[in-house]
Amino acid sequence: MTTLRKPAAFVGIAAGLVLLATGCGGGGSSSNNNASSTGGNHTGGTMVLLANANPGDADPAINYTLQLWQLFILTNDGLVAFKRVGGAEGGQIVPDLAVSIPKPTDGGKTYTFQIRKGIKYSDGTTMKPSDFKFTFERMFDVHGPTTGSFYSVIQGADACLKAPSKKCDLSAGIVPDDQNSTLTFHLTTGDPEFLDKLGLPFAMVIPPSTPMKDLGSKTAAGTGPYMFKEYIPNKDLTLVRNPNFKVWNADAQPPGNPDEIIEKFGLTVEAEITQVENGQADWVFDQPPADRLPEMSTKYASQTHVNPLTAVWYVAMNVNEAPFDNLKARQAVNYAMDRNSLVKIQGGPQLAVPTCQVLPPNFPGYKPYCPYTTSPDSSGKWKGPDTAKAQQLVDASGTKGQKVTFITTTDEVGKSIGNYMVGLLNSLGYKASFKALGGGPQYEYIQNSSNHVQISYSSWYQDYPAASDFLNVLLGCGSFTPNSNASPNISGFCDKKIQADMDKALATGVTDPTAANVQWAQIDKEVTDQAPWAAMFNPKLIDFVSKRVGGYQFSLQWYFLYDQAWVK
Amino acid sequence: MAEFAFEPIEPETEAAPGETREEISGKNPWLLAARRLWRNKIAMAALVLFLLIVAVSLVAPIYAHHVAHTEAFSSNLSGTTVINGKEVPILQQGGGVLHLGEIPIGPTWHANYFLGADNQGRDVMARVLYGGKSSLLIGLGSAAICCLIALVLGLVSGYFSGVTDSLLSRLMDLIWAFPVYLLAISLATVLLTQGLKIGPFNVDPASLWIPTLIIAFVYVPYVFRPVRGHVLSIREKEFVESGVAQGYSNWRIVFSEILPNVAPAVIVLFPLMVSYTVLTESALSFLGIGVQPPKASWGTIIDDGQALLYTRPMVAIAPGIMIVLTVLALNILGDGVRDALDPRAKLRIEG
Repeated sequence: MTTLRKPAAFVGIAAGLVLLATGCGGGGSSSNNNASSTGGNHTGGTMVLLANANPGDADPAINYTLQLWQLFILTNDGLVAFKRVGGAEGGQIVPDLAVSIPKPTDGGKTYTFQIRKGIKYSDGTTMKPSDFKFTFERMFDVHGPTTGSFYSVIQGADACLKAPSKKCDLSAGIVPDDQNSTLTFHLTTGDPEFLDKLGLPFAMVIPPSTPMKDLGSKTAAGTGPYMFKEYIPNKDLTLVRNPNFKVWNADAQPPGNPDEIIEKFGLTVEAEITQVENGQADWVFDQPPADRLPEMSTKYASQTHVNPLTAVWYVAMNVNEAPFDNLKARQAVNYAMDRNSLVKIQGGPQLAVPTCQVLPPNFPGYKPYCPYTTSPDSSGKWKGPDTAKAQQLVDASGTKGQKVTFITTTDEVGKSIGNYMVGLLNSLGYKASFKALGGGPQYEYIQNSSNHVQISYSSWYQDYPAASDFLNVLLGCGSFTPNSNASPNISGFCDKKIQADMDKALATGVTDPTAANVQWAQIDKEVTDQAPWAAMFNPKLIDFVSKRVGGYQFSLQWYFLYDQAWVK
Repeated sequence: MAEFAFEPIEPETEAAPGETREEISGKNPWLLAARRLWRNKIAMAALVLFLLIVAVSLVAPIYAHHVAHTEAFSSNLSGTTVINGKEVPILQQGGGVLHLGEIPIGPTWHANYFLGADNQGRDVMARVLYGGKSSLLIGLGSAAICCLIALVLGLVSGYFSGVTDSLLSRLMDLIWAFPVYLLAISLATVLLTQGLKIGPFNVDPASLWIPTLIIAFVYVPYVFRPVRGHVLSIREKEFVESGVAQGYSNWRIVFSEILPNVAPAVIVLFPLMVSYTVLTESALSFLGIGVQPPKASWGTIIDDGQALLYTRPMVAIAPGIMIVLTVLALNILGDGVRDALDPRAKLRIEG
């Protein structure tokens, strides 16, 4: 799971996926999937996108940012894909370069795909099943960031991970048959999320002529409707149409509308907003600053799209450090937290919805649950802080008067959350202060247990629609690595009973995803009761487009679908 | 940073423009300087302005608690206030179709939220006053520490000369070689994460001592140089040689003979140093490496206001005006003090 830190209000993004309608999630702001017209009459033109910073490395095996993933899905294909539409259907897995989605055999450990024939890369060469084996082996050889977490389940992957300097050999785990156009995966264990992982850009096929090293700012050929024309990291990135592309499954890889897509880098977010207002550009990647929101809300409402995300912002309390090694102290913070105030920091009720639990709304395993509110009931809604209860718990915990340092980020939202939390902790009787660090360093700092962080804030945006992507990744025993900067279980939470439940739910998911989601809902409840976090809110995303942009669609997996919109 | 142009002041009393030798003959030079300063209406106006700024900053807690009835350092995101008998939220939801964003209340020109609120619902006026307290404390403190260290080093270096002078001068050259802000940012970045530990002294990273000491340190060479030059000039004077001839100890000569003659130079530099240190503190705090929130300084408030430039520009403008007025007052006052203590300097400017 990536956490791409950004300087403005929007802190972290990993690519996300939708299960339910984007219009859900509370608040009055609308998500607008106004693709009432198909692309036929709107083909052509140049769509200009703006981003403050470039997306970094252009190697699809390495890049782990939404910013480039939104473009990789236009240039490359995997065996399967998330359906390229906005709304509820956008989370559906559909066959892409595979003819169909196979049923796993051998207890979920074997997948055999029939591969489409006659598909060419943008460099003119023909795609073969064996290219997938090359793609996966190369991913391990260039040390892709998720080889261990996402793809270690492939047979032979463990050896590749253990000997990273040796050439990876996945012959046991990936068996291509170019003659019969089949590709078989052998897994070490059943993985209920394997198809989701195959739909991510890491698993998108590239030709075997691709160098076995990090491409840096060079780009790989692909099979999608667009291809990279140039990528100049300090200037821009340009996609043009791939002359070799033909539609094979419009659900997975439809033809795009614009002839050219240019993403320009380097402007401030303020300047980006102004350019879109003036019609000089068509879309802004970065989230608008707070003081431009009223203007967008009034003068440019028709160009502003607000979409709920499957993400959560939370305060992580270290269960191994005083005073939050005490359950009552952690619960007190949860009861005292005025989530409405935190929603205001994020931009108000139209841009965030209060929550008490780990899983976001409209997500597998989500069942509303909020014990940390005044008058808790079965609706699971947060209604207001219960300060009296919080005070009682702090008194009972015997932790009153202890020094607490809240670690936050230096951006506006981070400082505001820091100030709010210091006030809250002081009101509970602690001696609180906060320390602000830059976004990137803060995320690494709070993960490392050797820094003895007591309490901090962070956020998580889904990789794909699976409850384990939140619960197991952020609060599982295996996600806590002492003294490491890469330990996403920031709270250091490891409850043996809950972990056993998670393992059971993962196993159930291989054969019965529905039953597994019931188990995950129970785990979410158990974790919330143990209060390693004080969940704050589920955020929403603002897309600001120019007047000429039509056909806007939002997918929770890929967010704004550039190619499905038009500028002509 | 501009280099200070400062000529040594002769121990003999000089006549200022409009003064006759008879008027000043036999008068105490300090009283003469005070009289000249008093007669300089612009300098006095600057002094009054500066003292006014100091005074209003000192009464910040009284203003916050008894006038504005607010807590300047705590978030008040969901709070309300009463304006013209009507209860209004401090953060108001954005209008239009989408109701995006939360806009802090603007200037009310009433006791509560006189200059409006910042994005955390805090009273800007109260914070500007509290911010002034921090900014001036750091400005005055760092200028005082800087001048004191530079004075001692300048006296030692200039009087003892030789190896001592070479060592101290090269050390100052080394510090001088770094751009002021670059050095200050580097030091602040380290000290704000680790704090400062010198022997038994342990300074917390969030303490105001950190920016005070950093700013004092980076400006030492800028005061050291003119002081040293002044000492080098004075040590050749007859009255110093006379002291040596009478067998006075070195320290007695330094502190009894040279120091009183160097002191006016430092006094002249002091207001100018304060204006520099206030500006530096504001810049560092604006960059997030000076005063640490929730404490406020004018720099941190401008930083807070940066996010509200379109909707609530007063949050950034108010502390900006305070910085301008403070620096302006100190510069004019510094000129006035120099003119009072060194009339020739005035002649030089006017000539």
